Amino acid sequence: MFSWFGKVSYCAHTKVAAFADRLKTGRIAASRCAGCGLVSFPPRADCPTCLSGEFGWVELSGRGTLLTWTRIAVAPAGFDDVAPYTIGVVDLEEGGRLLAWFGASIPDDDLRVGMAVQVVPRLFAEIPEIKVHYTLERPGTTWFTEPAPAPAEGLR
Amino acid sequence: MARIAVVGIGHGRFGQRSDATVQELAFEAWREALQDAGLAPDAIDASVVGSVPEYHKQRSLAGVVQEYLGLNPKPTWLTEAACASGSAAIRTAWMAIQAGLHDVVAVIGCQKMTELSTGEILALMGRVGDVQWESGFGTTFPGYYAMFARRHMHEFGTTREQLAQVAVKNHYYGARNPRALFRKEITVEKALASDPVASPFHVYDCCANADGAACVILASERRAREMGRAGVWLDGVGCASASMSVLRRPDLTGVPSAVDAARQAYAMAGASARDIKVAEVHDCFTIGEIMAYEDLGFCEKGRGGAFIEARQSYIGGATPVNVDGGLKAKGHPIGATGVSMACEIVKQLRGACGDRQVPGADLGLTHNVGGIGQYCFVHVYRRD
Repeated sequence: MFSWFGKVSYCAHTKVAAFADRLKTGRIAASRCAGCGLVSFPPRADCPTCLSGEFGWVELSGRGTLLTWTRIAVAPAGFDDVAPYTIGVVDLEEGGRLLAWFGASIPDDDLRVGMAVQVVPRLFAEIPEIKVHYTLERPGTTWFTEPAPAPAEGLR
Repeated sequence: MARIAVVGIGHGRFGQRSDATVQELAFEAWREALQDAGLAPDAIDASVVGSVPEYHKQRSLAGVVQEYLGLNPKPTWLTEAACASGSAAIRTAWMAIQAGLHDVVAVIGCQKMTELSTGEILALMGRVGDVQWESGFGTTFPGYYAMFARRHMHEFGTTREQLAQVAVKNHYYGARNPRALFRKEITVEKALASDPVASPFHVYDCCANADGAACVILASERRAREMGRAGVWLDGVGCASASMSVLRRPDLTGVPSAVDAARQAYAMAGASARDIKVAEVHDCFTIGEIMAYEDLGFCEKGRGGAFIEARQSYIGGATPVNVDGGLKAKGHPIGATGVSMACEIVKQLRGACGDRQVPGADLGLTHNVGGIGQYCFVHVYRRD
Protein backbone atom coordinates (compact mmCIF):
# COMPACT_ATOMS: atom_id res chain seq x y z
CA MET A 1 0.00 0.00 0.00
CA PHE A 2 1.97 2.98 -1.20
CA SER A 3 -0.52 5.36 0.42
CA TRP A 4 1.15 4.35 3.70
CA PHE A 5 4.38 6.09 2.68
CA GLY A 6 5.12 9.60 3.94
CA LYS A 7 3.27 11.83 6.40
CA VAL A 8 1.10 13.08 3.54
CA SER A 9 0.55 10.74 0.59
CA TYR A 10 0.12 12.27 -2.84
CA CYS A 11 0.69 9.04 -4.68
CA ALA A 12 -1.41 6.01 -3.71
CA HIS A 13 -0.81 3.86 -6.78
CA THR A 14 2.51 2.79 -8.22
CA LYS A 15 4.12 -0.34 -9.63
CA VAL A 16 6.64 -0.20 -6.78
CA ALA A 17 3.95 -0.19 -4.05
CA ALA A 18 5.59 -3.21 -2.36
CA PHE A 19 8.29 -0.79 -1.19
CA ALA A 20 5.91 0.48 1.51
CA ASP A 21 4.93 -3.05 2.61
CA ARG A 22 8.62 -3.85 3.07
CA LEU A 23 9.24 -0.61 4.91
CA LYS A 24 6.44 -1.51 7.35
CA THR A 25 8.44 -4.61 8.31
CA GLY A 26 11.62 -2.60 8.84
CA ARG A 27 13.27 -3.19 5.50
CA ILE A 28 14.46 -0.55 3.02
CA ALA A 29 14.78 -1.91 -0.51
CA ALA A 30 16.01 -0.66 -3.85
CA SER A 31 14.63 -1.95 -7.14
CA ARG A 32 16.83 -4.20 -9.28
CA CYS A 33 16.11 -4.47 -13.01
CA ALA A 34 15.56 -8.10 -14.06
CA GLY A 35 16.90 -7.29 -17.52
CA CYS A 36 20.24 -5.58 -16.87
CA GLY A 37 20.62 -5.58 -13.10
CA LEU A 38 20.43 -1.79 -12.67
CA VAL A 39 19.88 -1.05 -8.98
CA SER A 40 17.85 2.08 -8.32
CA PHE A 41 16.95 4.12 -5.28
CA PRO A 42 14.39 5.60 -5.27
CA PRO A 43 12.99 2.35 -6.72
CA ARG A 44 11.52 2.30 -10.21
CA ALA A 45 9.53 -0.29 -12.11
CA ASP A 46 10.80 0.45 -15.60
CA CYS A 47 14.43 0.43 -16.67
CA PRO A 48 15.47 3.54 -18.66
CA THR A 49 18.55 1.70 -19.95
CA CYS A 50 17.33 -1.71 -21.19
CA LEU A 51 13.58 -0.81 -21.14
CA SER A 52 12.65 -3.90 -19.13
CA GLY A 53 9.52 -3.68 -16.99
CA GLU A 54 10.49 -6.63 -14.81
CA PHE A 55 12.22 -5.96 -11.50
CA GLY A 56 13.00 -7.38 -8.10
CA TRP A 57 14.08 -5.97 -4.74
CA VAL A 58 17.50 -5.60 -3.10
CA GLU A 59 17.62 -4.89 0.61
CA LEU A 60 19.78 -1.92 1.61
CA SER A 61 21.92 -1.50 4.69
CA GLY A 62 20.54 1.97 5.28
CA ARG A 63 24.08 3.26 5.79
CA GLY A 64 24.85 6.52 4.07
CA THR A 65 26.61 9.88 4.05
CA LEU A 66 24.88 13.23 4.54
CA LEU A 67 25.13 15.38 1.41
CA THR A 68 23.10 18.42 2.48
CA TRP A 69 20.28 19.46 4.77
CA THR A 70 17.87 22.29 5.60
CA ARG A 71 15.67 23.24 8.54
CA ILE A 72 12.25 24.13 7.17
CA ALA A 73 10.51 26.89 9.09
CA VAL A 74 7.74 27.68 6.60
CA ALA A 75 5.91 24.39 6.06
CA PRO A 76 3.41 23.36 3.39
CA ALA A 77 -0.12 22.05 4.05
CA GLY A 78 -0.12 18.90 6.18
CA PHE A 79 3.17 19.71 7.92
CA ASP A 80 2.34 22.80 10.00
CA ASP A 81 1.81 20.61 13.08
CA VAL A 82 5.42 19.35 12.95
CA ALA A 83 7.22 22.53 11.80
CA PRO A 84 9.97 23.46 12.09
CA TYR A 85 11.58 20.22 10.94
CA THR A 86 14.92 19.29 9.37
CA ILE A 87 15.37 17.23 6.23
CA GLY A 88 18.51 15.88 4.62
CA VAL A 89 19.69 14.15 1.45
CA VAL A 90 21.83 11.07 1.89
CA ASP A 91 24.16 9.18 -0.47
CA LEU A 92 23.39 5.50 0.20
CA GLU A 93 26.27 3.06 0.60
CA GLU A 94 24.89 0.71 -2.10
CA GLY A 95 24.14 3.62 -4.50
CA GLY A 96 21.20 5.95 -4.95
CA ARG A 97 20.00 8.75 -2.72
CA LEU A 98 17.30 9.21 -0.14
CA LEU A 99 15.56 12.21 1.43
CA ALA A 100 14.25 12.05 5.00
CA TRP A 101 13.82 13.77 8.34
CA PHE A 102 16.42 13.58 11.05
CA GLY A 103 15.46 11.48 14.04
CA ALA A 104 15.98 12.19 17.73
CA SER A 105 19.55 10.82 17.76
CA ILE A 106 20.85 13.72 15.62
CA PRO A 107 20.00 17.19 16.94
CA ASP A 108 20.53 20.12 14.55
CA ASP A 109 23.65 21.28 16.37
CA ASP A 110 25.35 17.97 15.48
CA LEU A 111 24.61 18.18 11.76
CA ARG A 112 27.67 18.15 9.51
CA VAL A 113 27.74 17.70 5.75
CA GLY A 114 29.65 14.47 5.13
CA MET A 115 28.69 12.78 8.43
CA ALA A 116 27.76 9.08 8.48
CA VAL A 117 24.07 8.38 9.06
CA GLN A 118 21.80 5.36 9.37
CA VAL A 119 18.39 5.33 7.67
CA VAL A 120 15.87 3.83 10.07
CA PRO A 121 12.33 2.70 9.12
CA ARG A 122 9.53 4.29 11.19
CA LEU A 123 5.85 3.97 11.83
CA PHE A 124 3.94 7.10 12.81
CA ALA A 125 2.65 6.18 16.26
CA GLU A 126 0.49 9.30 16.58
CA ILE A 127 -1.51 8.75 13.38
CA PRO A 128 -4.29 6.12 13.66
CA GLU A 129 -3.96 4.79 10.12
CA ILE A 130 -0.78 3.02 8.98
CA LYS A 131 1.85 5.58 7.96
CA VAL A 132 5.43 4.54 7.30
CA HIS A 133 8.51 6.66 6.70
CA TYR A 134 12.17 6.69 7.68
CA THR A 135 14.49 8.94 9.67
CA LEU A 136 18.20 9.71 9.55
CA GLU A 137 19.94 8.62 12.74
CA ARG A 138 23.33 8.04 14.34
CA PRO A 139 25.05 4.92 12.93
CA GLY A 140 24.02 1.84 14.89
CA THR A 141 20.47 3.05 15.57
CA THR A 142 17.73 0.51 14.75
CA TRP A 143 13.99 1.06 14.69
CA PHE A 144 13.38 -1.62 17.31
CA THR A 145 15.26 0.26 20.00
CA GLU A 146 14.36 3.85 19.18
CA PRO A 147 11.04 5.13 20.53
CA ALA A 148 8.59 6.68 18.10
CA PRO A 149 8.63 10.51 18.24
CA ALA A 150 6.17 12.09 20.64
CA PRO A 151 3.52 14.18 18.89
CA ALA A 152 4.05 17.21 21.15
CA GLU A 153 7.69 17.37 20.12
CA GLY A 154 6.95 17.05 16.45
CA LEU A 155 9.36 14.95 14.51
CA ARG A 156 12.45 15.71 16.54
CA MET B 1 19.81 29.94 -40.30
CA ALA B 2 17.31 32.78 -40.71
CA ARG B 3 17.40 35.49 -38.06
CA ILE B 4 14.44 36.35 -35.89
CA ALA B 5 13.87 39.87 -34.63
CA VAL B 6 12.26 41.27 -31.52
CA VAL B 7 10.04 44.04 -32.88
CA GLY B 8 8.03 44.97 -29.80
CA ILE B 9 8.16 44.76 -25.99
CA GLY B 10 5.55 45.50 -23.34
CA HIS B 11 5.61 45.14 -19.57
CA GLY B 12 2.86 45.56 -17.00
CA ARG B 13 3.29 46.45 -13.33
CA PHE B 14 4.20 43.47 -11.13
CA GLY B 15 2.77 43.06 -7.64
CA GLN B 16 -0.47 42.27 -5.86
CA ARG B 17 -2.89 43.09 -8.65
CA SER B 18 -6.29 42.66 -7.04
CA ASP B 19 -7.53 45.26 -9.53
CA ALA B 20 -7.34 43.00 -12.58
CA THR B 21 -8.07 39.57 -14.04
CA VAL B 22 -5.24 37.63 -15.64
CA GLN B 23 -6.45 38.52 -19.14
CA GLU B 24 -6.61 42.20 -18.14
CA LEU B 25 -3.01 41.94 -16.94
CA ALA B 26 -2.11 40.34 -20.28
CA PHE B 27 -3.76 43.21 -22.13
CA GLU B 28 -1.58 45.83 -20.40
CA ALA B 29 1.58 44.18 -21.71
CA TRP B 30 0.04 43.42 -25.10
CA ARG B 31 -1.09 47.03 -25.66
CA GLU B 32 2.36 48.37 -24.79
CA ALA B 33 4.12 45.85 -27.04
CA LEU B 34 1.88 46.63 -30.02
CA GLN B 35 2.38 50.36 -29.54
CA ASP B 36 6.12 49.81 -29.18
CA ALA B 37 6.18 47.83 -32.43
CA GLY B 38 3.91 50.32 -34.18
CA LEU B 39 1.61 47.49 -35.22
CA ALA B 40 -2.14 47.03 -35.38
CA PRO B 41 -3.55 43.82 -33.86
CA ASP B 42 -4.28 42.32 -37.28
CA ALA B 43 -0.53 42.27 -38.04
CA ILE B 44 -0.14 39.41 -35.55
CA ASP B 45 -0.26 35.92 -37.06
CA ALA B 46 -0.43 33.91 -33.83
CA SER B 47 0.12 34.13 -30.10
CA VAL B 48 1.80 31.85 -27.58
CA VAL B 49 0.84 32.20 -23.92
CA GLY B 50 3.36 31.23 -21.22
CA SER B 51 1.74 30.52 -17.87
CA VAL B 52 1.36 27.89 -15.14
CA PRO B 53 -2.28 26.78 -15.13
CA GLU B 54 -2.64 25.53 -11.56
CA TYR B 55 -2.55 29.04 -10.08
CA HIS B 56 -5.62 30.22 -11.98
CA LYS B 57 -9.29 29.64 -11.38
CA GLN B 58 -9.79 30.20 -15.12
CA ARG B 59 -8.99 27.05 -17.04
CA SER B 60 -7.81 27.01 -20.66
CA LEU B 61 -5.97 30.28 -20.19
CA ALA B 62 -4.70 30.83 -23.74
CA GLY B 63 -8.31 30.71 -24.92
CA VAL B 64 -9.51 33.46 -22.61
CA VAL B 65 -6.44 35.62 -23.22
CA GLN B 66 -6.74 35.29 -27.00
CA GLU B 67 -10.41 36.29 -26.87
CA TYR B 68 -9.73 39.30 -24.61
CA LEU B 69 -6.88 40.51 -26.82
CA GLY B 70 -9.31 40.35 -29.76
CA LEU B 71 -7.12 37.92 -31.66
CA ASN B 72 -9.69 35.28 -32.64
CA PRO B 73 -9.50 33.38 -35.00
CA LYS B 74 -5.66 33.57 -35.03
CA PRO B 75 -3.95 30.47 -33.60
CA THR B 76 -2.94 30.34 -29.93
CA TRP B 77 -1.72 27.80 -27.43
CA LEU B 78 -0.24 27.58 -23.92
CA THR B 79 3.27 26.53 -22.99
CA GLU B 80 4.09 25.31 -19.51
CA ALA B 81 7.57 24.72 -18.08
CA ALA B 82 7.00 25.78 -14.44
CA CYS B 83 8.84 29.06 -13.70
CA ALA B 84 10.34 28.95 -17.22
CA SER B 85 6.96 28.92 -19.00
CA GLY B 86 7.56 32.39 -20.45
CA SER B 87 10.85 31.39 -22.06
CA ALA B 88 9.25 28.17 -23.30
CA ALA B 89 6.70 30.38 -25.06
CA ILE B 90 9.47 32.49 -26.63
CA ARG B 91 11.23 29.35 -27.84
CA THR B 92 7.97 28.02 -29.28
CA ALA B 93 7.32 31.29 -31.14
CA TRP B 94 10.90 31.23 -32.45
CA MET B 95 10.32 27.68 -33.73
CA ALA B 96 7.05 28.64 -35.45
CA ILE B 97 8.69 31.54 -37.27
CA GLN B 98 11.81 29.53 -38.08
CA ALA B 99 9.59 26.82 -39.56
CA GLY B 100 7.97 29.38 -41.84
CA LEU B 101 4.54 28.73 -40.34
CA HIS B 102 4.05 32.27 -39.02
CA ASP B 103 5.81 35.60 -39.63
CA VAL B 104 4.80 37.66 -36.59
CA VAL B 105 4.08 36.02 -33.24
CA ALA B 106 3.12 37.66 -29.96
CA VAL B 107 4.42 35.96 -26.81
CA ILE B 108 2.42 36.74 -23.70
CA GLY B 109 3.70 35.68 -20.28
CA CYS B 110 1.02 36.21 -17.64
CA GLN B 111 0.25 34.98 -14.17
CA LYS B 112 -2.02 35.76 -11.25
CA MET B 113 -0.69 34.12 -8.12
CA THR B 114 -2.62 36.04 -5.49
CA GLU B 115 -6.13 34.83 -6.33
CA LEU B 116 -5.51 31.60 -4.43
CA SER B 117 -6.14 31.46 -0.68
CA THR B 118 -3.21 30.94 1.69
CA GLY B 119 -4.44 27.38 2.22
CA GLU B 120 -4.44 26.68 -1.51
CA ILE B 121 -0.94 28.17 -1.85
CA LEU B 122 0.33 26.02 1.04
CA ALA B 123 -1.19 22.92 -0.58
CA LEU B 124 0.46 23.73 -3.93
CA MET B 125 3.72 24.45 -2.12
CA GLY B 126 3.71 20.90 -0.78
CA ARG B 127 3.80 19.42 -4.29
CA VAL B 128 6.71 21.27 -5.94
CA GLY B 129 9.09 18.31 -5.76
CA ASP B 130 8.77 14.65 -6.68
CA VAL B 131 5.51 13.77 -4.92
CA GLN B 132 6.29 10.05 -4.78
CA TRP B 133 9.57 10.11 -2.84
CA GLU B 134 10.11 13.66 -1.54
CA SER B 135 6.90 15.59 -0.86
CA GLY B 136 5.76 13.14 1.83
CA PHE B 137 8.56 14.56 3.99
CA GLY B 138 7.37 18.17 3.70
CA THR B 139 9.86 19.46 1.14
CA THR B 140 9.37 23.01 -0.12
CA PHE B 141 10.69 25.07 -2.99
CA PRO B 142 12.93 27.22 -0.75
CA GLY B 143 13.99 23.98 0.94
CA TYR B 144 15.41 22.50 -2.27
CA TYR B 145 17.41 25.62 -3.14
CA ALA B 146 18.48 25.86 0.51
CA MET B 147 19.97 22.39 0.20
CA PHE B 148 21.84 23.52 -2.95
CA ALA B 149 23.09 26.52 -0.96
CA ARG B 150 24.25 24.35 1.95
CA ARG B 151 26.19 22.11 -0.43
CA HIS B 152 27.68 25.14 -2.23
CA MET B 153 28.78 26.59 1.10
CA HIS B 154 30.32 23.24 2.06
CA GLU B 155 32.23 22.68 -1.20
CA PHE B 156 33.29 26.24 -2.03
CA GLY B 157 33.11 28.22 1.20
CA THR B 158 30.27 30.43 -0.02
CA THR B 159 28.90 32.50 2.87
CA ARG B 160 25.50 33.73 4.03
CA GLU B 161 26.83 37.28 3.62
CA GLN B 162 27.54 36.58 -0.05
CA LEU B 163 24.01 35.22 -0.50
CA ALA B 164 22.68 38.40 1.13
CA GLN B 165 24.82 40.56 -1.20
CA VAL B 166 22.84 39.18 -4.15
CA ALA B 167 19.60 40.38 -2.55
CA VAL B 168 21.16 43.77 -1.73
CA LYS B 169 22.22 44.27 -5.37
CA ASN B 170 18.84 43.26 -6.76
CA HIS B 171 16.97 45.54 -4.37
CA TYR B 172 19.39 48.35 -5.29
CA TYR B 173 18.39 48.05 -8.95
CA GLY B 174 14.74 47.25 -8.15
CA ALA B 175 14.54 50.62 -6.42
CA ARG B 176 15.34 52.15 -9.83
CA ASN B 177 12.73 50.12 -11.78
CA PRO B 178 9.19 51.59 -11.75
CA ARG B 179 7.70 48.20 -12.71
CA ALA B 180 9.24 46.35 -9.74
CA LEU B 181 7.28 45.05 -6.75
CA PHE B 182 9.89 46.08 -4.15
CA ARG B 183 11.38 49.49 -4.74
CA LYS B 184 13.40 49.83 -1.54
CA GLU B 185 17.10 49.30 -0.99
CA ILE B 186 18.16 46.90 1.77
CA THR B 187 21.38 46.18 3.64
CA VAL B 188 23.26 42.93 4.26
CA GLU B 189 22.47 43.32 7.97
CA LYS B 190 18.74 43.61 7.30
CA ALA B 191 18.80 40.57 5.00
CA LEU B 192 20.68 38.46 7.56
CA ALA B 193 18.32 39.46 10.36
CA SER B 194 15.11 38.61 8.49
CA ASP B 195 12.95 35.64 9.53
CA PRO B 196 14.16 32.12 8.71
CA VAL B 197 12.41 30.27 5.87
CA ALA B 198 14.56 27.17 5.23
CA SER B 199 18.10 27.30 6.60
CA PRO B 200 20.40 28.87 5.49
CA PHE B 201 17.70 31.01 3.81
CA HIS B 202 15.89 33.89 5.41
CA VAL B 203 13.08 35.95 3.88
CA TYR B 204 15.46 38.13 1.85
CA ASP B 205 17.00 35.10 0.17
CA CYS B 206 13.63 34.37 -1.47
CA CYS B 207 11.70 36.10 -4.24
CA ALA B 208 8.01 36.86 -3.78
CA ASN B 209 4.93 35.58 -5.60
CA ALA B 210 3.34 38.30 -7.70
CA ASP B 211 0.80 39.01 -10.40
CA GLY B 212 1.84 40.46 -13.72
CA ALA B 213 2.35 40.14 -17.44
CA ALA B 214 4.91 40.88 -20.12
CA CYS B 215 4.82 40.62 -23.90
CA VAL B 216 7.35 40.41 -26.73
CA ILE B 217 6.57 40.37 -30.43
CA LEU B 218 8.89 38.27 -32.60
CA ALA B 219 9.07 38.54 -36.38
CA SER B 220 10.85 36.96 -39.30
CA GLU B 221 13.79 38.95 -40.67
CA ARG B 222 11.85 39.78 -43.83
CA ARG B 223 8.83 41.16 -41.97
CA ALA B 224 11.02 42.98 -39.45
CA ARG B 225 12.84 44.77 -42.27
CA GLU B 226 9.55 45.58 -44.05
CA MET B 227 8.21 47.24 -40.91
CA GLY B 228 11.50 49.03 -40.23
CA ARG B 229 11.94 47.25 -36.90
CA ALA B 230 15.05 45.17 -37.59
CA GLY B 231 17.83 45.78 -35.07
CA VAL B 232 17.50 43.49 -32.07
CA TRP B 233 17.71 39.77 -32.76
CA LEU B 234 17.13 36.55 -30.87
CA ASP B 235 20.27 34.88 -32.21
CA GLY B 236 20.74 31.97 -29.83
CA VAL B 237 18.20 29.67 -28.17
CA GLY B 238 19.20 26.87 -25.82
CA CYS B 239 17.05 24.49 -23.81
CA ALA B 240 17.82 21.46 -21.67
CA SER B 241 16.31 19.36 -18.92
CA ALA B 242 17.59 17.75 -15.73
CA SER B 243 16.03 15.33 -13.27
CA MET B 244 12.96 16.57 -11.44
CA SER B 245 14.08 14.72 -8.34
CA VAL B 246 16.91 16.13 -6.27
CA LEU B 247 17.78 12.48 -5.58
CA ARG B 248 18.89 11.90 -9.17
CA ARG B 249 21.16 14.97 -9.47
CA PRO B 250 24.84 14.02 -9.33
CA ASP B 251 25.87 17.62 -8.48
CA LEU B 252 23.93 19.69 -5.95
CA THR B 253 25.95 22.89 -6.46
CA GLY B 254 24.64 23.91 -9.88
CA VAL B 255 21.85 23.50 -12.41
CA PRO B 256 23.06 21.07 -15.12
CA SER B 257 20.29 22.04 -17.56
CA ALA B 258 21.55 25.64 -17.40
CA VAL B 259 25.06 24.57 -18.37
CA ASP B 260 23.69 22.59 -21.33
CA ALA B 261 21.25 25.30 -22.44
CA ALA B 262 23.96 27.97 -22.26
CA ARG B 263 26.35 25.90 -24.35
CA GLN B 264 23.67 25.56 -27.06
CA ALA B 265 22.73 29.24 -27.00
CA TYR B 266 26.34 30.48 -27.13
CA ALA B 267 27.12 28.12 -30.03
CA MET B 268 24.07 29.20 -32.04
CA ALA B 269 24.77 32.90 -31.45
CA GLY B 270 28.50 32.51 -32.11
CA ALA B 271 29.23 34.07 -28.73
CA SER B 272 30.90 33.16 -25.47
CA ALA B 273 30.21 34.04 -21.86
CA ARG B 274 32.72 36.88 -21.79
CA ASP B 275 30.96 38.58 -24.75
CA ILE B 276 27.76 38.98 -22.76
CA LYS B 277 27.38 42.63 -21.72
CA VAL B 278 24.23 42.26 -19.61
CA ALA B 279 22.29 39.28 -18.28
CA GLU B 280 18.98 38.48 -16.68
CA VAL B 281 19.23 35.34 -14.55
CA HIS B 282 16.80 33.29 -12.49
CA ASP B 283 17.35 34.51 -8.93
CA CYS B 284 14.28 32.85 -7.40
CA PHE B 285 16.61 32.36 -4.42
CA THR B 286 19.94 34.10 -3.84
CA ILE B 287 21.92 30.91 -4.44
CA GLY B 288 20.15 30.65 -7.82
CA GLU B 289 21.94 33.77 -9.03
CA ILE B 290 25.31 32.61 -7.66
CA MET B 291 24.94 29.23 -9.38
CA ALA B 292 23.91 31.03 -12.59
CA TYR B 293 27.16 33.06 -12.64
CA GLU B 294 28.99 29.73 -12.66
CA ASP B 295 26.66 27.70 -14.90
CA LEU B 296 26.69 30.45 -17.56
CA GLY B 297 30.46 30.84 -17.41
CA PHE B 298 30.54 34.41 -16.04
CA CYS B 299 33.00 33.08 -13.44
CA GLU B 300 34.68 29.78 -12.60
CA LYS B 301 32.81 27.03 -10.81
CA GLY B 302 32.79 27.75 -7.09
CA ARG B 303 33.68 31.44 -7.49
CA GLY B 304 30.10 32.77 -7.62
CA GLY B 305 30.22 34.02 -4.04
CA ALA B 306 33.42 35.93 -4.70
CA PHE B 307 31.92 37.31 -7.94
CA ILE B 308 29.09 39.12 -6.12
CA GLU B 309 31.34 40.08 -3.22
CA ALA B 310 33.66 41.86 -5.71
CA ARG B 311 30.56 43.56 -7.23
CA GLN B 312 31.30 41.98 -10.62
CA SER B 313 27.56 41.68 -11.36
CA TYR B 314 26.89 45.40 -10.77
CA ILE B 315 26.97 47.88 -13.66
CA GLY B 316 30.67 48.56 -14.14
CA GLY B 317 31.60 44.97 -13.19
CA ALA B 318 32.56 42.10 -15.48
CA THR B 319 28.97 41.06 -16.29
CA PRO B 320 26.07 43.17 -14.96
CA VAL B 321 23.28 40.83 -13.85
CA ASN B 322 19.63 41.55 -13.02
CA VAL B 323 20.03 45.31 -13.16
CA ASP B 324 16.22 45.61 -13.27
CA GLY B 325 15.96 44.06 -9.79
CA GLY B 326 15.65 40.42 -10.85
CA LEU B 327 12.94 38.12 -9.57
CA LYS B 328 13.99 39.22 -6.07
CA ALA B 329 12.86 42.83 -6.38
CA LYS B 330 10.54 42.70 -9.39
CA GLY B 331 8.48 39.83 -7.99
CA HIS B 332 8.03 36.48 -9.72
CA PRO B 333 4.70 36.06 -11.56
CA ILE B 334 6.02 32.75 -12.81
CA GLY B 335 4.63 32.63 -16.36
CA ALA B 336 5.52 36.29 -16.95
CA THR B 337 9.08 36.11 -15.64
CA GLY B 338 10.86 34.74 -18.73
CA VAL B 339 9.14 37.28 -20.97
CA SER B 340 9.95 40.07 -18.50
CA MET B 341 13.62 39.07 -18.72
CA ALA B 342 13.45 39.32 -22.53
CA CYS B 343 11.85 42.79 -22.32
CA GLU B 344 14.63 44.05 -20.06
CA ILE B 345 17.43 42.70 -22.27
CA VAL B 346 15.87 44.19 -25.43
CA LYS B 347 15.49 47.51 -23.62
CA GLN B 348 19.14 47.36 -22.55
CA LEU B 349 20.24 46.59 -26.12
CA ARG B 350 18.22 49.58 -27.33
CA GLY B 351 19.99 51.76 -24.77
CA ALA B 352 16.66 52.75 -23.23
CA CYS B 353 17.23 51.87 -19.56
CA GLY B 354 18.02 55.35 -18.20
CA ASP B 355 19.99 55.37 -14.95
CA ARG B 356 20.39 51.60 -14.92
CA GLN B 357 21.62 51.39 -18.53
CA VAL B 358 24.67 49.19 -19.10
CA PRO B 359 26.98 51.25 -21.35
CA GLY B 360 27.72 49.63 -24.72
CA ALA B 361 25.27 46.76 -24.25
CA ASP B 362 25.14 44.98 -27.62
CA LEU B 363 24.85 41.35 -26.52
CA GLY B 364 22.51 40.19 -23.75
CA LEU B 365 21.37 36.92 -22.23
CA THR B 366 18.36 35.54 -20.39
CA HIS B 367 18.52 32.47 -18.12
CA ASN B 368 15.14 31.12 -17.01
CA VAL B 369 14.96 28.04 -14.79
CA GLY B 370 11.83 25.91 -14.33
CA GLY B 371 11.36 24.36 -10.89
CA ILE B 372 14.70 23.31 -9.45
CA GLY B 373 16.21 22.93 -12.93
CA GLN B 374 14.07 20.26 -14.57
CA TYR B 375 13.81 22.86 -17.35
CA CYS B 376 16.20 25.62 -18.35
CA PHE B 377 16.08 28.06 -21.25
CA VAL B 378 19.00 30.34 -22.16
CA HIS B 379 18.50 32.95 -24.88
CA VAL B 380 21.09 35.28 -26.44
CA TYR B 381 19.97 38.60 -27.94
CA ARG B 382 22.11 40.80 -30.18
CA ARG B 383 21.90 44.40 -31.39
CA ASP B 384 23.38 45.10 -34.80
